[in-house]
Amino acid sequence: MPLTPEVLLERVIDTLGDKVLTSKIAQEQITIEVPVGDWLEVCATLRDTPVLAFDLMMDLCGVDYSTYKDGEWAGQRFAVVLNLLSIKRNHRLRVRTFCADDELPILPSLMEIWPAVNWFEREAFDLFGIVFDGHPDLRRILTDYGFIGHPFRKDFPISGHVEMRYDPELKRVVYQPVSIEPRVVTPRIVREDNYGAA
Amino acid sequence: MTASTAEIRNYTINFGPQHPAAHGVLRLVLELDGEVIERADPHIGLLHRGTEKLAETRTFLQNVPYMDRLDYMSMMQNEHAYCMAIERLMGIEVPERAQYIRVMFDEITRILNHLLWLGTHALDIGAMTVFLYAFREREDLMDVYEAVTGARMHAAYYRPGGVYRDLPDAMPQYQASKKKNESDLRRLNENRQGSVLDFIEDFSRRFFGYVDEYETLLTDNRIWKQRTVGIGVVDADRAKALGFTGPMLRGSGIVWDLRKMQPYAVYDKLDFEIPIGRTGDSYDRYLVRMEEMRQSNRIIQQCVAWLKTDATKGAGPVISDNHKVAPPSREAMKSNMEELIHHFKLFTEGMHVPEGECYAAVEHSKGEFGVYMISDGANKPYRLKLRAPGFSHLAGLDEMSRGHMIADVVAIIGTLDIVFGDIDR
Repeated sequence: MPLTPEVLLERVIDTLGDKVLTSKIAQEQITIEVPVGDWLEVCATLRDTPVLAFDLMMDLCGVDYSTYKDGEWAGQRFAVVLNLLSIKRNHRLRVRTFCADDELPILPSLMEIWPAVNWFEREAFDLFGIVFDGHPDLRRILTDYGFIGHPFRKDFPISGHVEMRYDPELKRVVYQPVSIEPRVVTPRIVREDNYGAA
Repeated sequence: MTASTAEIRNYTINFGPQHPAAHGVLRLVLELDGEVIERADPHIGLLHRGTEKLAETRTFLQNVPYMDRLDYMSMMQNEHAYCMAIERLMGIEVPERAQYIRVMFDEITRILNHLLWLGTHALDIGAMTVFLYAFREREDLMDVYEAVTGARMHAAYYRPGGVYRDLPDAMPQYQASKKKNESDLRRLNENRQGSVLDFIEDFSRRFFGYVDEYETLLTDNRIWKQRTVGIGVVDADRAKALGFTGPMLRGSGIVWDLRKMQPYAVYDKLDFEIPIGRTGDSYDRYLVRMEEMRQSNRIIQQCVAWLKTDATKGAGPVISDNHKVAPPSREAMKSNMEELIHHFKLFTEGMHVPEGECYAAVEHSKGEFGVYMISDGANKPYRLKLRAPGFSHLAGLDEMSRGHMIADVVAIIGTLDIVFGDIDR
């Protein structure tokens, strides 16, 4: 039988102690936040503690919080979120850490702990510019060869900066500044609390 | 340089991105020592459309069709995970009838996906016939998709709160044409006389025999075994370390299936089994997927039986009655001011998902498909991360193909069951 989220969270806090900055249970899912300095240690503990045994790294992604709630966000800009799964114990956990520096977000790579993070870290680097220290092969992964910028940052426009076309005179494809006018069909609106909740 | 010190160099060759065995747009840079793979470096992203970023600029409802285009071989399962994430954040109950319809279509989709995988995997290895048989059955299931949603592939059928509409009462029939005479028509339309459910029931009755048919072509086939046994072996610990899920994990002997372990929808009320492999090679994964098709078929039969004998006689709702999430009925909208406002607000501004974050995962045909959604209370997701199973699997290609011959890379790509719609997103 899987543990209830409350019991699991208690065990996580027992194991990690004051390394857990905040914790939350919502929709029966646990989210904990840990300091970036303890990132490697926390992850190794989560994997190796027998009562927790998070043996599968499901997902690692970057998040850019800069426009959260239309700019009400005051904390650090970039976060990395890990979604972990324990096959042995059948439970899940979400771990978040905020990168200390908004200009150069950097945190240690988890390659030694879960080899599966390899491409996930490359992706977060490519799309958000988060640098994973110690990653053996931190190349871009999803964007084009020679791409400039980090497209999933909130200040990167949805239409991009350049477009590509075939130039019949040069007989090759060329890049030029994008010609699409940005347009918003449905504006983004944040309503008061519980608007639309069942 | 003398003859005795002839320089032996490693070759680097480029495979794809337009190679038919690359299953889409995979570019592989292979480092070879003779014909033996030293290193395989997949270059992905050639189909990157930035779905996650696009989703941040669309309302929650407008994003549903994007989900079909992720893994375009298991369309409805992607929608299921996305809708589940919204439903959990908003705390919406999905009507039971919609749950059964969803589960039935999840399994139809799994069969569709596995049939395509089987056909193309066998074709890559040199068995042509299976492909033709697999596509014959896919056609029937595609017709079901079309009858229910109007689209053969990109259905947009699951909506937050339920499914778009109930199953239709009649199965569309073939019409007379220059190429089809009376007797052809009679034969083709024989099992299309009743409702869509009757057609699905008829299909599921036939399908066990079809799977046996595919197995007679491959399971004991000497060439098939030579090409798959002992190829791409991953042991259980390594499979976990590499983040494999789904048949890739079960092929290595780990009993893990979200439908059993963390049941969603109505899977806990259904009877089915989880097949696992022993050695973790391509052949075991083939066997696992073949058995999964049979199990999916069993689930479909149970769902059809439930839907036919539903306590509400099929009149029960298939979508939530919360009009902040699901549109009111057409008649109500035309005659009632309140409903008209709901309709207008829902399709212009869209629904507002309360602030929070949620990870919803389904047992997708290829593995665990997860949707991690962060909402800040707006009418659009703040961040949507799609966890595609193929992404981890393809990352394991390098390790799986090392030391194998170049022809085995094709067999390994086949066994990974990759689709670039979800790897590149």
